[in-house]
Amino acid sequence: MNRVAVTFAAVALGCIASTAARAQNSVTVYCGVDENWCRGMVTAFTKATGIKTEMTRQSAGEIYARLRAEKDNPRGDIWWGGTGDPHLQAAEEGLSEEYHSPNLNKLTPWAQKQAERSHYRTVGLYLGALGYGYNSEELARRKMTPPACWADLIKPEYKGEVQIADPNSSGTSWTTLATLVQLMGEDEGFAFLKKLHANVNEYTKSGAAPAQAAGRGETLVGIAFQHDVIDVAKHGNPVVVVSPCEGTGYEIGSMSLIKGAKHPEEAKKFYEFALSAEAQAIAPSFGSYQFPSNASVPIPKEAPDLSKVKLIDYDFAKYGSSAVRTRLLGKWTAEVKSLPR
Amino acid sequence: MPEGAAVPRLAWRWLAAGVVALAVLPWYGVEGFFGALTGGGRALWPALAQPFDGHGWVALCLVPLLVAGFAIALRRPFLLAGAALGGISWMVLEGLAITHKGWAWPGLAGWFGDLGAQPAMGWGALGYAVACLMLLSIALALRGWLRGDVFVLGAILLVAATVVLFVFLPLMQVLGSAVRDEAGQFAPWVFLAKLGDRSIWGVACVTGGTACGSAWNSLWLAVVVGGLTTVLGLAFALVSARTRFFAPGVLQVMGLLPVITPPFVIGLALILMFGRAGFVSAFLANNFGIPRTRWLYGVPGIAIAQVLAFTPIAFMVLQGVLRGVAPSLEEAAQTLRAGRWHALRTVTWPLIRPGVANAFLIGFIESLADFGNPLILGGNFTVLSTDIFFAVVGAAHDQGRAAVLSIVLLVFTLAAFMAQRLWVGEGRYTTVTGKGDSGQPPPLPRGVAWACHGVVLPWILLTAVVYFLILAGGFVTAIGRNNTPTLSHFLTVFGVDHGVGGWFLSGSGWDSFITTLELAAIAMPVTAGLGLLTAWLLARQSFPGRGSFEFLTMLSFAVPGTVIGISYILAFNVPPVELTGTGTILVICFVFRNMPVGIRAGLASLAQIDRSLDEASLTLRANSFRTLRLVILPIIRPAIVTAMVYSFVRAVTAVSAVIFLTTAQYNLATVYIVGRADIGEYGIALVYSAVLILTLIGVLAGIRLVVGEQRIGRRALVVTS
Repeated sequence: MNRVAVTFAAVALGCIASTAARAQNSVTVYCGVDENWCRGMVTAFTKATGIKTEMTRQSAGEIYARLRAEKDNPRGDIWWGGTGDPHLQAAEEGLSEEYHSPNLNKLTPWAQKQAERSHYRTVGLYLGALGYGYNSEELARRKMTPPACWADLIKPEYKGEVQIADPNSSGTSWTTLATLVQLMGEDEGFAFLKKLHANVNEYTKSGAAPAQAAGRGETLVGIAFQHDVIDVAKHGNPVVVVSPCEGTGYEIGSMSLIKGAKHPEEAKKFYEFALSAEAQAIAPSFGSYQFPSNASVPIPKEAPDLSKVKLIDYDFAKYGSSAVRTRLLGKWTAEVKSLPR
Repeated sequence: MPEGAAVPRLAWRWLAAGVVALAVLPWYGVEGFFGALTGGGRALWPALAQPFDGHGWVALCLVPLLVAGFAIALRRPFLLAGAALGGISWMVLEGLAITHKGWAWPGLAGWFGDLGAQPAMGWGALGYAVACLMLLSIALALRGWLRGDVFVLGAILLVAATVVLFVFLPLMQVLGSAVRDEAGQFAPWVFLAKLGDRSIWGVACVTGGTACGSAWNSLWLAVVVGGLTTVLGLAFALVSARTRFFAPGVLQVMGLLPVITPPFVIGLALILMFGRAGFVSAFLANNFGIPRTRWLYGVPGIAIAQVLAFTPIAFMVLQGVLRGVAPSLEEAAQTLRAGRWHALRTVTWPLIRPGVANAFLIGFIESLADFGNPLILGGNFTVLSTDIFFAVVGAAHDQGRAAVLSIVLLVFTLAAFMAQRLWVGEGRYTTVTGKGDSGQPPPLPRGVAWACHGVVLPWILLTAVVYFLILAGGFVTAIGRNNTPTLSHFLTVFGVDHGVGGWFLSGSGWDSFITTLELAAIAMPVTAGLGLLTAWLLARQSFPGRGSFEFLTMLSFAVPGTVIGISYILAFNVPPVELTGTGTILVICFVFRNMPVGIRAGLASLAQIDRSLDEASLTLRANSFRTLRLVILPIIRPAIVTAMVYSFVRAVTAVSAVIFLTTAQYNLATVYIVGRADIGEYGIALVYSAVLILTLIGVLAGIRLVVGEQRIGRRALVVTS
């Protein structure tokens, strides 16, 4: 027994000893955009300030779940990037810290509005418009004319050719649902979704998956954020981005200071850096083509032409509240998803 | 214990260890152990010095040890047990009552005043707890429990304590949220409403609707996959152990390959082949006019990917079992004029039945808990594991629903255990006995041999193609679209550069790669050791609560990784046990998640070894530890190999459990791969997977070399046909 217990204790000691110290002058970033941009941003910040940065990349939903689980003893200092809804929800639940940036007035109106909406617990970083992508090779093989509107997607020739995420699991798809309801009204919107349902081949789990599938030709059309579609195209896939003619919704990628952070001063430095023109200008070099929130930063040339993108006046307060979301998601699941195809 | 003086001496030693833990080791753990040594200050003081820092209650831990000293001196086992229990209870109580923010229950401040806060427990607390547990087991042995065997008692208490701490308590944290509403209030009706939900239990697919509930889907899929993996694994095992296969090495490697692959990648390869735009589909469409469809997405795809991934586990379990069957019995059957088929059916089959049941159980549970394959191949087919993940991280953010779904999953697992018990029953399957045991197993009946080869060969071919894709896919520009060879993906991930400071690792994947191997290597021996020790306790010792003990150890295997990850954050983010953000929590997660495989392998092996071997050893006055070490361990070597290999591999390829536990410092390979595949950088994902697979093959070969193959003193197998 001696030996077992001693070995056991020794191994336990070894495990704990192998964990190294946490650096003092550092900041821990929970990063909600893609890996490349996360790394690029963190490197730029360390270069500019000399502050050591520890970054963990996860989807916005995962970070939100993590913040909730860690709320009694937060591990992260700042949550940078990721779609706005979970940021707003975190603000509502008091998981993030209120902060008025001196640089707020340099931001675009939609970014400032995002801050106001959350009582300054979050702020807009970038804007990504919703849309869809189609696979040009598959389209040519079927000799079809390119789609241009939401209405095109419910035509019978698209039967089994449209892919979209399940709004119950994906924030992207929830934005789509809310967009259609705002664009057409609730009854018309649901009538549209029912017709769309007949053409959908798969409700994926993750929001970016339909764009990937369209790029590979696994589906003809994938509904996703336009910058995701552009990114797939940039990787050499024959996919073309469409900004629907009726108008479309959008997400506001956001940033929040985590309440109870261990390194609040460094986190604020990161916050200011992330809002600066210098930091936002590097996004396109990491394959991210959203519209930046700093008004002085030029819109990346790969980004969808803003004159052709018709943005609706998206009501984040209403469609970000959990009551409206729960009701609409329940209605969608009961009335649309359960329909036979 | 027969030796009268040995136990008190042991008791004194553990008492001394407990005192050392209180007087020398730092009681509290401060973030980052080495950092604490250089600048931790008063928190580093041992427990006995803590009263001077305002933490007087910690020093009270000495009182139970003083009582224990009296008890040992006066030979009062009952008092000793009480003292040890008292020590543990006091530690738990003060740890829970006074948190890092002061009193856990504010009402107590009115009684005792504000005592301030205390950090998480550290080395001293760990040492003290172990010492108390050991004193308790000595006391119980002195009272005559389990024939006074201190080793067995100590092992049971240690395993039980760790399992309760690292499996049961975290799970309770999550499952508790099943009966709470959004505001965190107790609300059992919410639980019932969520439990009865149509998306879980709907039967629309039978009655003509669109889709069934995820519970039925999971169950059905698990039965199919469990059955298929068992049949395939048995075919592989029969070919490997009972025929002279032309390329035994290929069989071993092929059987192993899928285990060492991140599950995500198999699904990716299947899409590249059989997806609507895959090259096999394109070939069929261009040459035979077979229309391209999306048949892969849904049950067929998940089932193929899971069978690819889990058959090797069944193979490894069944191969161990088949090798353990004494050929003398089969030879005897032949001598008695039984035909090959008759001997196989009436002698071999009944002997390997526990192995078959175990293989099915593992396939069934693995399928239930699998997350990666349903995620990318699921189509519109929903299963519990992905539903749970998206209940937590999805747009709905409903942790209560995740807890409800986890409970459903747990019930299924429990049911699988019951079924296995009923089927294997109480029969005896021991064939490795102390008696003379040589002979040759008869060759397989010709029909069975043909059938096995017929199953094994095409499967090997499929596996070969899948792996060719995975290994080669990272070395072309964009697989399927642009097949120009390139090293650019490889250099991005595993580049080595030369700068002013000499050579350094410039690739973006090195950090996660090295961390992963390091943590998996630390977890491997602990997992295997703990698993086999537990198996031995379960198979060879009878003690009250054995059944629940067994179930507890299997819990973490059955629960989906996402739930484990969340539960670990909930349980270990705050004192008294604070581990998040460290490598330790990842190692612990690996150990307790993969321990059940060691247990199953050990149980299957031990079921075949006659107890008379143990008894002979015990009669010759070897104690139970010596018996375990010198008699049992050498015989169950294949189980050791299985447990070690499997724990290492599972640690390296785990995704869902660790996704919430990784940090910038402890990033893991799979999380990196998923992140890359997520944004469509398949080249990088594939090249990383390929390097991971080749590394694992190297490690496995090393383990085999060190631990070696099973030798039970039988003649070499000569197939005469």
